Amino acid sequence: MRFLARRLGFYLLTAWAAITLNFLIPRLMPGDPVELLVARMKGNVEPEAIDAMRRAFGISDASLWQQYLDYLGNLARGELGRSITFFPTEVSTVIADSLPWTVALVGVATLISYLIGTSLGVLMAWKRGTWLDGVLPAATFMHAVPYFWVALALVFVFGVTLQWFPVSRAYGLDVMPGMTGEFAASVLYHAALPAITIVIASMADRILGMRNVMVTTLGEDYVVMAEAKGLTSRRVMWAYAARNAILPNITSFALSLGFVVGGSVLTEIVFSYPGIGSMLLKGVENEDFPLMQGIFLVISLAVLVANFLADLAYVVLDPRTRQESE
Amino acid sequence: MKIKIGFGILVFFALMALVGPLLIGADPAATSEDGLQGPSAEHWLGTTQTGQDILTQIVYGARISMGVGVLSAVIANLLAILVGLVGGYFGGAVDEVLSVLTNIFLVLPALPLIIVLAGYLPQRGVGSVAVVIAVTGWAWGARVLRAQTLSVRRRDFVQAARASGEGPLRIIFFEIMPVLLPVIATSFLATVVAAILAEAGLSFLGLADLSTVSWGSMLYFAQNGQALLIGAWWWFIPPGLCIALIGTGLALVNFGIDEIANPRLRTVKVKVRKART
Amino acid sequence: MNVLEIRDLGVDYLSQTGAVHAVADVSLDLRRGEILGLAGESGSGKSTLANAVARLLRPPAAITSGSVVYHRQDGTAVDVLALKRDELRAFRWKELAVVFQSAMNSLNPVSTVGAQIDDVLRIHAPKMSRKDRAERAVELLQRVGISADRRRSYPHELSGGMRQRAAIAIALALNPEVIIMDEPTTALDVVVQRDILHEIRALREEYGFAVVFITHDLSLLMEISDRIAIMYAGRVVETGTAEALHRTPRHPYTLGLLRSFPRLHGPREELLGIPGTPPDLRSLPPGCAFHPRCGRAMEECSTRLPLLTRGADGADGADGSDGEVACLLNGGRGVEEAS
Repeated sequence: MRFLARRLGFYLLTAWAAITLNFLIPRLMPGDPVELLVARMKGNVEPEAIDAMRRAFGISDASLWQQYLDYLGNLARGELGRSITFFPTEVSTVIADSLPWTVALVGVATLISYLIGTSLGVLMAWKRGTWLDGVLPAATFMHAVPYFWVALALVFVFGVTLQWFPVSRAYGLDVMPGMTGEFAASVLYHAALPAITIVIASMADRILGMRNVMVTTLGEDYVVMAEAKGLTSRRVMWAYAARNAILPNITSFALSLGFVVGGSVLTEIVFSYPGIGSMLLKGVENEDFPLMQGIFLVISLAVLVANFLADLAYVVLDPRTRQESE
Repeated sequence: MKIKIGFGILVFFALMALVGPLLIGADPAATSEDGLQGPSAEHWLGTTQTGQDILTQIVYGARISMGVGVLSAVIANLLAILVGLVGGYFGGAVDEVLSVLTNIFLVLPALPLIIVLAGYLPQRGVGSVAVVIAVTGWAWGARVLRAQTLSVRRRDFVQAARASGEGPLRIIFFEIMPVLLPVIATSFLATVVAAILAEAGLSFLGLADLSTVSWGSMLYFAQNGQALLIGAWWWFIPPGLCIALIGTGLALVNFGIDEIANPRLRTVKVKVRKART
Repeated sequence: MNVLEIRDLGVDYLSQTGAVHAVADVSLDLRRGEILGLAGESGSGKSTLANAVARLLRPPAAITSGSVVYHRQDGTAVDVLALKRDELRAFRWKELAVVFQSAMNSLNPVSTVGAQIDDVLRIHAPKMSRKDRAERAVELLQRVGISADRRRSYPHELSGGMRQRAAIAIALALNPEVIIMDEPTTALDVVVQRDILHEIRALREEYGFAVVFITHDLSLLMEISDRIAIMYAGRVVETGTAEALHRTPRHPYTLGLLRSFPRLHGPREELLGIPGTPPDLRSLPPGCAFHPRCGRAMEECSTRLPLLTRGADGADGADGSDGEVACLLNGGRGVEEAS
């Protein structure tokens, strides 16, 4: 499992880098963040808030090194400081309330987009020269479309004009949150448009990526041999070609996750979805630096975890990575 | 063919940004009495809530959006060239460190980082926004360039230059870099689109300079002006379409280059004569 | 007694600028149970010919003329080029199997060797139980000298020679009548190469399949083949028994090839080789495609295309050889000197 150990080491290093970056940003950017904030709020900040913020940033007269250690200590205890928007709520509480919505929405949508996009890419490579080639220009166009623009278009068509789907919130005002079927239905109903947005906007990359890898794989000897063995086309396409093409595709998928998450943040905002993206907007609007930084940190760590999961999938799918050095 | 269409699209938008404002001449911020008008002979793409002409805004917005895109792509690519070529050429510990740095920036989600950085900016002008986007967007190019440098490094002419006692920096920038220009060009174009998207995202959040007109800020005002609820589709469709079209143009150019490099990707359309049986 | 008859087969690579004739007017017979060697430089069309027979060509390559007829043991003739999809699937591997150039690339890297034998059996012998299939896989592997526990190994866990043996085991799975072997030993070192050649001969004795053995290494062919066909620029330029070709090569190109390679064993000969490079198929020289590289070329060689004709004398004499040559020298009899 040396492969996994090496990847894990890299993610720990990256996590440390994200944490340190988070510490350095307020100190490296021009000006004192607290004063910047006070100036922007034109004095409309409670003194406790200013004080809490100084503590949150760990800005004190201590040496930079001491500040760094304090910061790491706070982090280890799960303290991200207090939010200014929701003062005096802890940033960690705000995030804990909103994170599940995002993880569920983005996770499910990304999975759907991956499955559909990859399958389409496989089919398009296999059936080159047929009508499926017509998907190519569309995918090429969709691959550079901003997520939030897709969101706006969907809201306009299916929300406002056709009124098929609700266009904001995560569940209806008329249902009580709880383990009821009614609540679950309402949640699914409200998640439909945001999820479709993420699926549409992120699928093109999966289609194009898989198609290209697949086309290259189709030229491999083992695919020709599978055909020569008289296997059914279905088996040649999936068990031989796609099964191998998926490996490089997983790597590029993992690398695109950061981009998907960025797009999803903006998607949530269009739909006022109570996830971490909407919280980020609140943080931005209110100059709530602790909240913004906390969210950056959590998103980064989430992307790292997702990357590690992708590596696990890779190990399961590729026997060559499981080889122990003898 | 693909390359031609792609270049056509890119040139069209480049001309729009450079020459367009001179042709139109009107002030994109100028308001008028005709608020929220659909497309008409007078306003080809309709007007905003405050009666600003959308077409004028699109043309002027091209300047800001593409300007930010190009500027940050230039900065990002300078960083990418530096990190990628130096790491790839020297190898060893230098390369290890630079590779890890590159991979870290590759994995970290760019947009949230951009948002945090932009949040701290005292003034959010075009320049500083471009820098912030560049700082988070150089890693991909660096990775590609490093891989290419590794293979170019072993070629004869580099070995010869080294044997003749040329300094490493001279070799990197005068021997290796010219060979990598095509790679740098594609990486540059890709970064332009990524930066345009990032700028649009920032503006849409209200985190860029909203006093200048860009495609992103148009979308911001469209969203905040309830364009959707009013049904003013002409307000938010054009800016997003422009962004997507630039992305398409770039993708077409890149696919074209890929297909030249990898003939298997081509869509074969030759009539196969039936075998005589 | 022919198991495979190729007649006037032509394969073109189609492109926007026109067609390239990769294989032209090739006629060959494969007799039941024989090893037919097919030799030529890279680009001579030998692999394309093999892929055409197995109907494995992909666009832009396409068969443009000719026929391939397969004779079953019961006497029925099968028009290979006219097989429908399902018939073709059954024909492949049950009657014709292929061992590809590099086993590293022809074995599926993410699937075990056993599984790659198993999926052939599962498709073509649906009545076999899982247990029977597993037993058959072990039996096949052991037959080619791989121990039973290697059934669960992935290709990357095997050595180059073992991989090639595994590929042969897969080819044997359904007892095919014909096995096409496309450079099956090229990537291996000489000792392993020898072992595998012996193995192939032994298996042939045991199972009685016919082999089309493709390689650029003529001296290797001399050792393993019963008959040999030499290809140049998409055409067969000479055929004959291994012995006849070795003793009295008739085409100047064959002569050159014979002098290009050291024998696997025996005294090293001088490497004379052939001057020049293989021709560009897009712009073949007129007449005999070999004439620019031929030391014996006459004026006529650059204008007239020599056709494959039966040698006029000794070549098809006492040993029953029926060698053919496509050369204008000596009135169509080709070179007349011993190698």
